[in-house]
Amino acid sequence: MKCAVVVFPGSNCDADVYHALTDDLGVDAHYVWHRESDITGYDVVVLPGGFSYGDYLRAGAIARFSPVMVSVQRFAQRGGLVLGICNGFQILVEAGLLPGALLKNDNLQFRCEWTTLRVDNHCTPFTSRCRKGQVLSLPIAHGEGRYHVDSDTLKEWNDAGRIVFRYATAEGDACREANPNGSLHNIAGIVNREGNVLGMMPHPERATNSLVGGEDGRWVLGSLVDYVERGCV
Amino acid sequence: MVEYRALIKVMLKPTVLDPQGVAVRNSLLTMGYEAVKSVRVGKHLELTLEANSENGAYCLAQELCDELLANPVVEEYHIELAPAGEEKGGT
Repeated sequence: MKCAVVVFPGSNCDADVYHALTDDLGVDAHYVWHRESDITGYDVVVLPGGFSYGDYLRAGAIARFSPVMVSVQRFAQRGGLVLGICNGFQILVEAGLLPGALLKNDNLQFRCEWTTLRVDNHCTPFTSRCRKGQVLSLPIAHGEGRYHVDSDTLKEWNDAGRIVFRYATAEGDACREANPNGSLHNIAGIVNREGNVLGMMPHPERATNSLVGGEDGRWVLGSLVDYVERGCV
Repeated sequence: MVEYRALIKVMLKPTVLDPQGVAVRNSLLTMGYEAVKSVRVGKHLELTLEANSENGAYCLAQELCDELLANPVVEEYHIELAPAGEEKGGT
């Protein structure tokens, strides 16, 4: 599996993603600067977390116009796997590759902590290693992660199982208390209609080694490895 | 071509929770300003544009808002046009 890690000015989780993929999962990963437009030959493109363009105007709003994003759009349209983490998720919604928007946390806090997520769809390339309802422990670090979308889209996404991760208790209850940012229906991660583009606020790359406090990120990144090797969920 | 100033106001849609506005209102209440019933926080942008006409400038500003300056999913915008350099005039 060959993976591109896109680097925008202000990305700050690019090295974490690169390290997790190469050192912990043995993936052939490469940095791709946002001005590059050639991403041919990659199986997966990761848009990492951070503060691209200082979050000016809106988080992700300026990065989506980076030259590389034209190629990422085309890559996604052709069925390529795209994973947006945190700021990467914000860029994907701004680019229209995923519906909705990510707004300031309802508590106005920058939440940097471990959360527990429930896997509501284990039939995606990003979750094929998981069981339905499995609870993963992954860290978040964001001030603008409150997912919002119009009610028609929410219903469609809910009904079609495209809401992949929800903030939940360790027992798997997606209740208000488990929601760190006021996200609609406790949404922490969604996929597009075709199932090849996933955005999530929690950071799987910060949890691929027990040295950093957890390994549950492997359920997500490892699923991608399995998918690319097998070619199916 | 004439220069125009576009004064653009971007606000969250009324249906979208604005926690900043809520926090500001709570602060004002704490200060004793109980007359303040609600606060919404938005953005104000000022652009200088070149266009053939006022209508052309308005259409361009609208395009910029739709493309980048506002997010139609959660925000709405209002555009006001003024001749460029108006602020330098006066009596």
